[in-house]
Amino acid sequence: MTLNQQRKFKTFLTGLFAWTVALVLFFPIFWMFITSFKTELQAISVPPSLFFEPTLENFSIVQERSNYIHHAINSVITSFGSTLIALIIAVPAAFSMAFFPGKRTKDILLWMLSTKMLPAVGVLVPIYILSRDAGLLDTRTALVIIFTLMNLPIIVWMLFSYFKDLPKEILEAARMDGATPWDEVVKVVLPLSVGAISSTALLSIVLCWNEAFWSLNLTASEAAPLTAMIASYSSPEGLFWAKLSAASTLACAPIVIFGWFCQKQLVQGLTFGAVK
Amino acid sequence: MTYLAITELQKHYDNYHALRGINLSIDEGEFIVFVGPSGCGKSTLLRTIAGLESSSGGTIELDGRDITELASSKRDLAMVFQSYALYPHMTVADNLSFALRLAKVPDAEIQEKVRSVSASLQLDALLERKPKELSGGQRQRVAIGRAIVRQPKVFLFDEPLSNLDAALRVQMRLELARLHKKLGTTMIYVTHDQVEAMTLADRVVILNAGQIEQVGTPLELYRQPNSRFVAEFIGTPKMNLIPADKITRKDDTLSLDLFGNNIDFPANRVKGKLPETAIVGIRPEHLTLVEEGGDIQGRIELVEHLGSEAYAHIQLANNQTIIVKALARSELNDNQEVNIKVDVAETVLFNESDRVISVIPEEV
Amino acid sequence: MKRSITRLLMAPSVILLLIWMIIPLSMTIYFSTIRYNLLYPGQNNFVGLLNFEFFITDPGFIPAVSNTLILLSTVLIITVVLGVALSALIDKPFFGQGIVRVLLISPFFIMPTVNALIWKNMMMNPVYGIFAWISNSLGLEPIDWLSTYPLMSVIIMVSWQWLPFAILVFVTALQSQDTEQKEAAQMDGATGWHIFRYLTIPHLYRPIAVVVMIETIFLLAVFAEIFVSTGGGPGYDSTNLAYLIYNQALLQYDVGVASAGGLFAVLLANIVAFFLIRAVGKNLTV
Repeated sequence: MTLNQQRKFKTFLTGLFAWTVALVLFFPIFWMFITSFKTELQAISVPPSLFFEPTLENFSIVQERSNYIHHAINSVITSFGSTLIALIIAVPAAFSMAFFPGKRTKDILLWMLSTKMLPAVGVLVPIYILSRDAGLLDTRTALVIIFTLMNLPIIVWMLFSYFKDLPKEILEAARMDGATPWDEVVKVVLPLSVGAISSTALLSIVLCWNEAFWSLNLTASEAAPLTAMIASYSSPEGLFWAKLSAASTLACAPIVIFGWFCQKQLVQGLTFGAVK
Repeated sequence: MTYLAITELQKHYDNYHALRGINLSIDEGEFIVFVGPSGCGKSTLLRTIAGLESSSGGTIELDGRDITELASSKRDLAMVFQSYALYPHMTVADNLSFALRLAKVPDAEIQEKVRSVSASLQLDALLERKPKELSGGQRQRVAIGRAIVRQPKVFLFDEPLSNLDAALRVQMRLELARLHKKLGTTMIYVTHDQVEAMTLADRVVILNAGQIEQVGTPLELYRQPNSRFVAEFIGTPKMNLIPADKITRKDDTLSLDLFGNNIDFPANRVKGKLPETAIVGIRPEHLTLVEEGGDIQGRIELVEHLGSEAYAHIQLANNQTIIVKALARSELNDNQEVNIKVDVAETVLFNESDRVISVIPEEV
Repeated sequence: MKRSITRLLMAPSVILLLIWMIIPLSMTIYFSTIRYNLLYPGQNNFVGLLNFEFFITDPGFIPAVSNTLILLSTVLIITVVLGVALSALIDKPFFGQGIVRVLLISPFFIMPTVNALIWKNMMMNPVYGIFAWISNSLGLEPIDWLSTYPLMSVIIMVSWQWLPFAILVFVTALQSQDTEQKEAAQMDGATGWHIFRYLTIPHLYRPIAVVVMIETIFLLAVFAEIFVSTGGGPGYDSTNLAYLIYNQALLQYDVGVASAGGLFAVLLANIVAFFLIRAVGKNLTV
């Protein structure tokens, strides 16, 4: 083989390997997806069937039985709502820490992250009791509050690492051009951080959408988001895999498709700027 | 009349004394260059004048107004940054007009100003582009244009050419000189490149370790450096510094003993008490290779041919290497023994603490 | 004046997080020292450290602590080792790279409850699952994963979720590796392994630290996967601390003991966090 052929062969092998890994990891999702179009009998056929007449029946049953739309709306409201609130709180904090760092800035950041390390179970009972006494059990308000606080440290961190990488000279130029601090934020920092803020928001939405601990423990039916709805399918009342798959597909599809579009920013965001 | 007056300016960082009492007066319309090695405080000084750093002591007055505690935006200064610091989300036109829009200047006036500035900097065709679609030189021009539209009292430049390649740098240097001639506005320019300092400045301010080492026209600094630091910093190749181990006085003449070779130096050109030893500073162009009757001898180690001239690196008896400027086509061979004639009129003496002790005669 | 504005901007975040941390935590501390069972209301007398004693002597305690640590360390090792290896292998341009990225990251977006349901039913079911079918096709006896290897099953589910994240972080990091450095090493006669060992791995220290830290935050709190799939069983074989405390609080209604357990979980998390933030924090700030 010439050197060129060798290289081509290597590229081919790399591609083959990468595709194999990707397909193996993706297989469970693929399987869930096609099972959702099977009848219950096809779903548990041995050997598993790959070719069958697809049916949409499962989806309508899921909507009827669990009121998918209702839970989906809960998921959307809690994840988008808490993300919006968290951003409003976090942007000023991240801005001031990135552009006017003090001696304690680093300590404050680490402390914030350490609150994220506190296991939720440690405060489950108090939060449960507080929500109960405030009449917030099984309400979306409770989830929004908790999701906001839960993700606040990560959001501050991500925004901080983005802001920190903005060239300081641009802000100084704006200052020389006569910009007030308010002008600086509104006319320079925010327009420059649209990408950063939206990818932070995306990540927060994903984390809220998939949050299960608080959703399971603080909601029953009224405010239950999709994670909690799905858990209700775990109860052993027979083999309803097709319906289970349909429900799962419905629960995950919005966020997975959403994630596909912004996977690159998401991964970069989650690494706090440690990876460029 | 003094336009910008800096008095006893201090700047402390947590554990670092960046500016140690700067005193400087600048006249209206002057082109001043701050130059010095990295860490000398030149950028800190510029940024303190700009108000981007707060001062720890001293005052800055501009046109009779104390601006020491004023916000950057209220100082009537414009700055061109090393990285250009263009607003990446705005078009060239928006970049140019940002300050005017913030100042709520009427639209018609803004358009007129942007038009005339962009015409004079050849940016007309680029007005709708974003900074990332521009070349380095074009970005540089936008940055300068952004400063010009505001018609500030003083322009501040922070190493504006250091991100450009060599050819473009020379071209932009010329454009800046032309610009200064045309506008006649006071300009303060920071650089670590002594060639830029020499070519652009009306007066050069040499900084070292947070203090002003010397202020003067480029020629003054070149001919009459105050200290060894200035002597070595200005001029390429560097000034040769040769130790004179013994100095003896005979009437009006000092005899400098350069390891066995004597050079006569007029005694009236030495200030103050007569030293016993000194460092003799001679620039390469004030040394000449001669057939015979030279002041010192040496052996050629290496010759650098630059086309227009040649520099001979010559090893002396004390193993020190000095540089002598020679004619372009001189027939010089390595290891050749040569005689060197010293132009005493252009020679300076430094004492042990590296301060100058001689003066250059008025008439050359 | 500038200082006070800075503080003002940070205040909402800091104050909210302080409240979020202090109020529930002090309530937990208080509950942990009283007798507090929802089945016997009104008998909330001070009991000292009795709840801690109950919790620590609970037959589930030792398994729960060790399961928590095993789960954490195994998943970390699997995702980091496999993640580094796989990302180094696919760190070259090849056909359909964009699609592969999208496929790879997908498990990261699947909610834990769905994750557990897919694996429990469609993959690991001893009769109808894909694994059973593979075993049968190979002529082997199918394994009832959830009851035979419950903790292992949970580890597989959680790793499946986090491996893609690790791979993508490392792939992104590898793109910033200096190619000239690699070429210089090649000219110096370095083999692929040498380059991997002496250039790629050191280049990945920081991303690895980040992956370890983020995963730790989420892995210490694994709950939904266990809740949905094994229910902590059989026995305590797949019960971790989070699940044990949940059991105490919501199934046995013993708030006092659950609070004591919660404090223990906080303590454990702090021990882990202390070392992690020490090690990783350096890598993260400025």
